[in-house]
Amino acid sequence: MLSSPFIARPLAVNQIMLRVLLALLPGIALYVWFFGPAILVSITVASLTALATEAAMLKLRHRPLKPFLSDNSALLTAWLLALSVPPLAPWWLVVVGTAFAIAVAKQLYGGLGNNPFNPAMIGYAVLIISFPHEMTHWLSPQALGAVHLPFAEQMVYFFRGVLPSGLTLDAVTMSTPLDTLKTQLHLGHSVGEIRELPIYGRLAGQGTEMIALGFAAGGLYLLFTRIISWHLPLVFLATLFGMAGIFHLVDPAHYVAPLFHWFSGAAMIGAFFILTDPISSPTTAKGKILFAAGAGILTYLIRVFGGFPDGVAFATILMNMCVPIIDAYTQPAVFGQKEGRK
Amino acid sequence: MTTLFTFHGGIHPPGNKAQSTAHPIAPAPLPQELVIPLRQHAGEPAKPLVQIGERVLKGQLIGAPVGGFSAAIHAPTSGTISAIALKQVAHPSALPELCVVLAVDGREEWAARDPVDYRALSGAELQAHLRAHGIVGLGGAAFPSDMKLRHAIPVETLILNGAECEPYISCDDMLMRERADEIVRGVEILRHALEARAVLIGIEDNKPEAIAAMQQAVQVSGLPFEVVAIPTLYPSGSAKQLIKILTGLEVPSGKLPTDIGVQCFNVGTACAIKRACDDGEPLLSRIVTVTGNVAHPRNYEALVGTRFAELVQLSKALPDTDRYLMGGPMMGLELPAADVPLVKASNCVIAASDALFPPKPAPLPCIRCTRCAQVCPAELQPQDLYWFAQSNNFGKAQEWNLFDCIECGACAYVCPSSIPLVHYYRYAKSEIRARDQEKRAADQARERHEFHQLRIEREKQEKADRLAQKERENAAKAAAAPSAPAASVDDTQQMRIDAAIERAKAQTIAAQPKNTDHLTREQQAEIAAIEARRANLHKLAADAGADDEPPKQH
Repeated sequence: MLSSPFIARPLAVNQIMLRVLLALLPGIALYVWFFGPAILVSITVASLTALATEAAMLKLRHRPLKPFLSDNSALLTAWLLALSVPPLAPWWLVVVGTAFAIAVAKQLYGGLGNNPFNPAMIGYAVLIISFPHEMTHWLSPQALGAVHLPFAEQMVYFFRGVLPSGLTLDAVTMSTPLDTLKTQLHLGHSVGEIRELPIYGRLAGQGTEMIALGFAAGGLYLLFTRIISWHLPLVFLATLFGMAGIFHLVDPAHYVAPLFHWFSGAAMIGAFFILTDPISSPTTAKGKILFAAGAGILTYLIRVFGGFPDGVAFATILMNMCVPIIDAYTQPAVFGQKEGRK
Repeated sequence: MTTLFTFHGGIHPPGNKAQSTAHPIAPAPLPQELVIPLRQHAGEPAKPLVQIGERVLKGQLIGAPVGGFSAAIHAPTSGTISAIALKQVAHPSALPELCVVLAVDGREEWAARDPVDYRALSGAELQAHLRAHGIVGLGGAAFPSDMKLRHAIPVETLILNGAECEPYISCDDMLMRERADEIVRGVEILRHALEARAVLIGIEDNKPEAIAAMQQAVQVSGLPFEVVAIPTLYPSGSAKQLIKILTGLEVPSGKLPTDIGVQCFNVGTACAIKRACDDGEPLLSRIVTVTGNVAHPRNYEALVGTRFAELVQLSKALPDTDRYLMGGPMMGLELPAADVPLVKASNCVIAASDALFPPKPAPLPCIRCTRCAQVCPAELQPQDLYWFAQSNNFGKAQEWNLFDCIECGACAYVCPSSIPLVHYYRYAKSEIRARDQEKRAADQARERHEFHQLRIEREKQEKADRLAQKERENAAKAAAAPSAPAASVDDTQQMRIDAAIERAKAQTIAAQPKNTDHLTREQQAEIAAIEARRANLHKLAADAGADDEPPKQH
């Protein structure tokens, strides 16, 4: 016999996760619009891998399958990872990343609710370190590609690793707008010149900027339906903006404008979908602000001064490590103890 | 117009109050038999004053309060005492309590009533009058009311709690609608006793009829009370939250409202106080909501000791009813059996079924979403407390202010993982109390042992000293020049003993359990209740003939 309360009206875990998945749809739709349906295939492969890995690990850990396979959390990890892996990569890339994320970063730590790190970001980190070549060949936007690879041919490459004769991978792919910026800066070009390149649009990269907008729209839906609180996304974006703004003001030829940082790479999906993973982020309001500010600073530093094409994943992982201590030091005063508290 | 303040968090569970407010309060018919527990209140159980076979009159004292923290128990009607025995009562532990069983004779013959003019009484006299009439808080905690009139600093504001924020319960609502004038009269008695300057009567705005009735009664009385409609938000009826809403003041953790010049009474209690003073009637009955899975939900005025099963029959429980709750669905408890008796604290009985209260899904792990922290009116971090409680990390739980939890259940209501959070907090609290008690017992045992050792040592030393003394005396006699340094020997001896006692005391102090030394009276009462129950169990075990574990010390 359990004690009170005897009534409850929660938004269950699987419903929360489902809403987050739904909120990714505008971004995914725009992805398909600009880059073709290949991303849907990698999302599907990642989802199947995630569910299979989760089931296998639950079995090995003697845990019930049904409640955990239906909580939608593995699917969310799969979608986030698939969205951070190039769609025109060999199929095993996304499989390895997803399996690692679920098996090691999630289940070995105790499964749902117990992972100290964002599993999708751990999966991404493993892939970018282990397979840098495969991880940096992104499809060109359909409108841009000098050589457009039809969807069927993309699938042949995805599953069999074979391109149509006479085509090289470099011909049908490009590096990300952030990566291109970094490379071109190293070659001595100024930001102004680089931004003239055809891969760039109004805010950041052609196509990718619109996808970022799609994720931002989904994120705002999560914010207004109170699935997530404002602290993490807003503070992260504000910090990233502030960092980029300061550097840009000092030296606009070498440091790109803050809006470029907002709408390129994983900034938007990171702000609304990755940092906001409740399990691996702080619980207190103050803690969330510290966490997001730290992630914003680290993201900028890794992007601009680091060796990786984007900084969101590593910034997230580094800040995930700090969560226990952030939580411990940001405990708010409780009712009736507000005076005389240090 | 009073400025209203807000407390952190809160939830909006469906009210489900309209079902039971369609009909006026009905008197419950006189039962054949009443089972009257001798502990219906916070504090010590009353001492039975009657014998089996004795005839008692309505309102006759049958249980006398024991010590300062207790309440009197009266015969709710006339009849004959048929038994005084341990019976199951409405308590989550399902442990039996001593009850007086009264075979009702149906004559409703009153004992002498002693109405008083409250204006002629001193504060202490009024407290004694309420104590003699068994007045306890009717809002749920059943705290003896006379104790709430004792206060160290002047009470600025008297607050009447008519919030009734728990779903389903409507007894205060109906009482305010029907007996507003009696409540207002009771409030005036309380205001007079406390010498309070301002009186605020807080009622949730989902009870417009009650608000109107109370406003009307206040206007008729011409008294400067203010009826304040407060926003409907659970748990606005919790005393500390209601005080915050109405005054903006936060009762400091571990303190009482009177420490900040506020005192809070339930409206039903005010009505009972009016009857105790103006009519000389002890607390014999109360209004109770019978609702839930019944055909005719409504409020009854029922005698204390009436079996819940009889009350539910009046409203015709539906066939799929399989359990009963006392109190509301947020903070109430499941009755161990339907035939346990109504007590002074029983504001509501809900017939329950799986259709009405669907069983919760199996809990999932916590995902740290902090929806619980967002609704916690005590501004705690429930997700952390849960983590500490489930890992038996009780020290951390106390450090994270576990004992500030008011067990309102808002956290569990919103938990996406369906974790029975309050259950974990109750578990942690009772474990901590049990450990503290064990520690205290161990400390006492060690103290006794140390004192025993000390005494043996001292006796040995004294013996040796006496021998030495004798030898010296002999030697002195022999030398024929007596010069006894006895006094100085005694002094050093005494100093040594004193030092040892000091050391023992210091050790005891160092070993005192933390976080339990600044408890509120309610918490102390709860601890006392738990200890009493434990002692009772020991006694029962001893009585059963288990002589391997004799009761510790008394």
